[in-house]
Amino acid sequence: MAESIRITTPFTEEMSRKLKVGDSVLISGTIFSARDAAHKAMTEALARGEKLPVDWQNQIVYYLGPTPAKPGDPIGSCGPTTSGRMDAYTPTMLDQGIKGMIGKGSRSPEVVESMKKNGVTYFAAVGGAAALIAKSVKKYEVLAYPELGPEAVAALTVEDFPAIVVIDSEGNDFYEIGQKPYRRL
Amino acid sequence: MRELDAKTITETVATMCKEAAYYLPEDVYEALKRGRATEESPVGQIVLDQIIKNAEIARAEDRPYCQDTGMTIVFLEVGQDLHITGGLLEDAVNDGIAKGYVEGYLRKSVVKEPLFDRKNTQNNTPGVIYTKIVPGDKLKITVAPKGFGSENKSGVKMLVPADGVEGVKKAVMDIILHANCNPCPPMVVGVGIGGTMDRAAVLSKKALTRPTNVRNPMPEYAKLEEELLAMINKTGIGPQLGGTTTALAVNIEWGPTHIAGLPVAVSICCHAMRHSEKTL
Repeated sequence: MAESIRITTPFTEEMSRKLKVGDSVLISGTIFSARDAAHKAMTEALARGEKLPVDWQNQIVYYLGPTPAKPGDPIGSCGPTTSGRMDAYTPTMLDQGIKGMIGKGSRSPEVVESMKKNGVTYFAAVGGAAALIAKSVKKYEVLAYPELGPEAVAALTVEDFPAIVVIDSEGNDFYEIGQKPYRRL
Repeated sequence: MRELDAKTITETVATMCKEAAYYLPEDVYEALKRGRATEESPVGQIVLDQIIKNAEIARAEDRPYCQDTGMTIVFLEVGQDLHITGGLLEDAVNDGIAKGYVEGYLRKSVVKEPLFDRKNTQNNTPGVIYTKIVPGDKLKITVAPKGFGSENKSGVKMLVPADGVEGVKKAVMDIILHANCNPCPPMVVGVGIGGTMDRAAVLSKKALTRPTNVRNPMPEYAKLEEELLAMINKTGIGPQLGGTTTALAVNIEWGPTHIAGLPVAVSICCHAMRHSEKTL
């Protein structure tokens, strides 16, 4: 693989559209965690016409529910969770201005269509590499829904967070491209 | 009659929950290294390097290997000549889970009621506890935390006898292909064959507590394990982003079944194939 591309947030549509499937990236800056329960809460808040706890314009969402931090650590183990569970909420969230998503696993056709429309990039972090990924997180601050525990919305300050572009803003899918040469059934 | 204090069970389960979360079993670590040595995809090699490094960091620093420290499955084999004193057995186990998950900085991932309220119990209890009465006066405890990225991709197929070995292979492969890249491969595949729908499912979980380098003692099943492993590693799914290391092992457990049936259950486990075993 070619050398990693360094990305610093905020992550604009222009930056997103430059990335191509298979690109290896190192992300620095602030990214925001949200997973199942937070997605449900946020889409319900939008339906009620309320303001969201985070301005998602040009931001990156990380599908994450970390373990509690040990004393002296900014965060516990913090690998990605399965993105597909967020698919039902994702088009609504992308319309809020999100330009990057970090998770693991495949996405629905509706999500890919919304990504193309909004110029969004989907990154994969290595599923299960949670103790390793924690090394790139410098700060974890809960912003909303603290009652959800590990599912709270939080701001993560990251340095060289490693990820790979798995679906680019044109809808090219690395899960398909990466498997094909090794499919021998 | 031998007596065992419930407090001892609680303390033991608490320690086991932490150990299971931090320390990847040696056989799984070795299987990952073997997978890395044979992996053909350059991206797959990078993924496996990260997974191996992760296991080393978790072990060296007593940190959870994965942030999903699971729903806690506990298999108990209780000797029928053992008398547990000072409390109820299930309470002792659940108290151990609560202590282990709180003290060990493990994630609390259990909601009390599944559909309407979904309120987190804050201490990962209750566990899923299977108790079997066995001869003797010992208590064997197996703690196997199960992450739900892979659990969500598990499944049961109710085959009929005429489906035979080919039917079993197809049922397993259908579930694996449907799971695809989502359950954090390289995976370990537990298969339960026979019993009833529920018994097959439990057998598939029990299969995941066997080391990856130990084959079923019955040669026909050992051969089927090898054949299924080879098939799964030809799917191209690989270590998440494509490649040749899709599974590390297929473990099959079987049980008696009905003349009309051939239940097949598949429990998929991610590469965090965690478990801890102790006998008191």
